[in-house]
Amino acid sequence: MPRIRSKGEGERVTFDMTPMIDCCFQLIIFFMLSLKIFASEGDFSIKMPVSKSEGPVDPTQLPPIKLRMKADGSGRLVALTMGTKQLSSSDPFAELRREVRSIIKDDIGPGSSGSKQEVELDCDANLQYQYVMRAISAVSGYVDSNRQIVKLIEKIKFSPRRQG
Amino acid sequence: MFGKPKRTSSAVTFDMTPMIDCTFQLVIFFMLTLNFANDEQNEMIRLPSSELAKPTEPPWEFPITLQVTSRNMVIVGSEQVPISGLRSVLQRERAALERYNRAPSHATVIIRADRYAKTGAVQEIIEIAQSLKFERFVLRAKEKEV
Repeated sequence: MPRIRSKGEGERVTFDMTPMIDCCFQLIIFFMLSLKIFASEGDFSIKMPVSKSEGPVDPTQLPPIKLRMKADGSGRLVALTMGTKQLSSSDPFAELRREVRSIIKDDIGPGSSGSKQEVELDCDANLQYQYVMRAISAVSGYVDSNRQIVKLIEKIKFSPRRQG
Repeated sequence: MFGKPKRTSSAVTFDMTPMIDCTFQLVIFFMLTLNFANDEQNEMIRLPSSELAKPTEPPWEFPITLQVTSRNMVIVGSEQVPISGLRSVLQRERAALERYNRAPSHATVIIRADRYAKTGAVQEIIEIAQSLKFERFVLRAKEKEV
């Protein structure tokens, strides 16, 4: 029997991929140029109400722990005092954390002493901000052996600004 | 004559599939890692680090990011102003909030201060914001590996 061949048999159907590849490379270049690599960042809330007289005073609120941070002329920390106690070890922030933990006794969570306690930061005006962050970090919590964050005190505020 | 070379009509092609696969993988990678929100992070600011600093989830509602340089200048968006000029910038932000029927107390003022900025400058910024009825403040730090 004679074999009937279709007209298109044997021809390869191709399409031009050049525009698509061009477009993909354009996209790659755009994304590469707009890529910025940053370390991840986190926030510490500070409690700064506009007016002290607003709202009822919480009777369960403990008196704030006062942290006094003194700076030298170049803004470096020279003294850190917690209440009346001078923290004079080589790492005052580690000592501060130990002191806070001894006060809170790791009593954390809603209604705990950690939630009722407040810290007030009284800093020299020219103190480098990095020391403030280290102090906030020391009183806010710590990372335990399981690499979990244990929160201590969350209410942090600044004292009125010192002129300097 | 038998010296004539044999000519073939087949075109020389190469398989572009692996290259296209690879290209798409790259496009997807860059698309997923691109974060336009990071445009608020200014390279001039060297944030202090903390092992407790973890990314905030969900992100703040109505954030106003104030970046404080080591020379105690404030960067808001693409604008750089001295602290004395911050009030007018915050008044503008407040007016923008009011257009959305939001009080300044609904906004969160994010302070990204350089580690060498003066604490007094940060406090002054907070005072200016407080005078315009902003109440929520957060201090931003870089995550430190433990």
